[in-house]
Amino acid sequence: MTTVPSELDTRFREAAAEAGLLDVAYDVVESPLGELFVGVSDRGLCVISYEVDPDLQAERLARGFGSRVLRSPQPVAGVARQLDEYFEGERKRFELEVDLRLARDFGRTVLEELGRVPFGEVTTYGALAARAGKPKAARAVGTIMNRNPVPIVLPCHRVVGANGSLVGYAGGLERKQALLRLEGALLV
Amino acid sequence: MEPVRIPPFETFYGEHKDPVFAHLRRLLGHGAEDAFQETFLRALRAYPELRHGRHLRAWVFMIATRVAIDETRKQKPRGALPEIAVEDGLPPHAELGPLTDELPPKERAAVVLRYGFDLPYDEIAAALGSSEDAARQAASSGVRRLRERSKQS
Repeated sequence: MTTVPSELDTRFREAAAEAGLLDVAYDVVESPLGELFVGVSDRGLCVISYEVDPDLQAERLARGFGSRVLRSPQPVAGVARQLDEYFEGERKRFELEVDLRLARDFGRTVLEELGRVPFGEVTTYGALAARAGKPKAARAVGTIMNRNPVPIVLPCHRVVGANGSLVGYAGGLERKQALLRLEGALLV
Repeated sequence: MEPVRIPPFETFYGEHKDPVFAHLRRLLGHGAEDAFQETFLRALRAYPELRHGRHLRAWVFMIATRVAIDETRKQKPRGALPEIAVEDGLPPHAELGPLTDELPPKERAAVVLRYGFDLPYDEIAAALGSSEDAARQAASSGVRRLRERSKQS
């Protein structure tokens, strides 16, 4: 059976992105926390996920951003580089456009506030709720953190319980701990 | 009928890239590489216009066949000096490309695949996404149309 030579496959994936024909270009990249699924739209970074099953993710992205979802490493390379630098301790702030078009109203406000929590610091769900204008919405903020489309870059790992407990993390508490340790926000 | 959802392009591409490449290889030989890329770029451009996910294989084979016809026409040397001792001259599909310009697309594809590339009707049917009978009919009505046109001119 004739199969497409891999360099031809690569060439097509590059050409598709270069022609600006993709709703989302994605790739799976390595990190010290395991593989990450990373997707980029024409407006910027739109997904980082610890769940790397490409079929599942492609379906989700197609529903949210449009059906032209294709694995194409080149558009994702800039994000991958900044993530590498972050994990190597060489980057404290991400300089990336983030596509939050699927987040609405309070959810969006909270994610935007989250982006202002600096490297190496932690805040609480309640404090973040207050900064987004609804001091009593700590629980809702918890849900929004859990659905954060771009963890690490929007640092939901820096949000902890009022008593200092880690509470939860979509990628698992071990990853939350590892990120806080990397940033020097956890001493143990 | 329940509309069939359109899959993410990655899924569509993954399912059809090998058969489309094989199809283009049969039509074009080593010219298949460029035609492959052009086929899927065209599919990508048209993808948002699709209203359902039925017949995607026939759809992409149709695009590939059109791309192959265009490629064939490009390859036809213009104004080249006739070479000595070339038995067949241009390959038949190169002659048929321009000749069939004005046929309806399906008839054109059927005529070119049958008489230019010498494909059997079951493969033409697969390429056009129709039955073997329909492929046969498209080719013969294409030929009839060409005959009538040549009588008129």
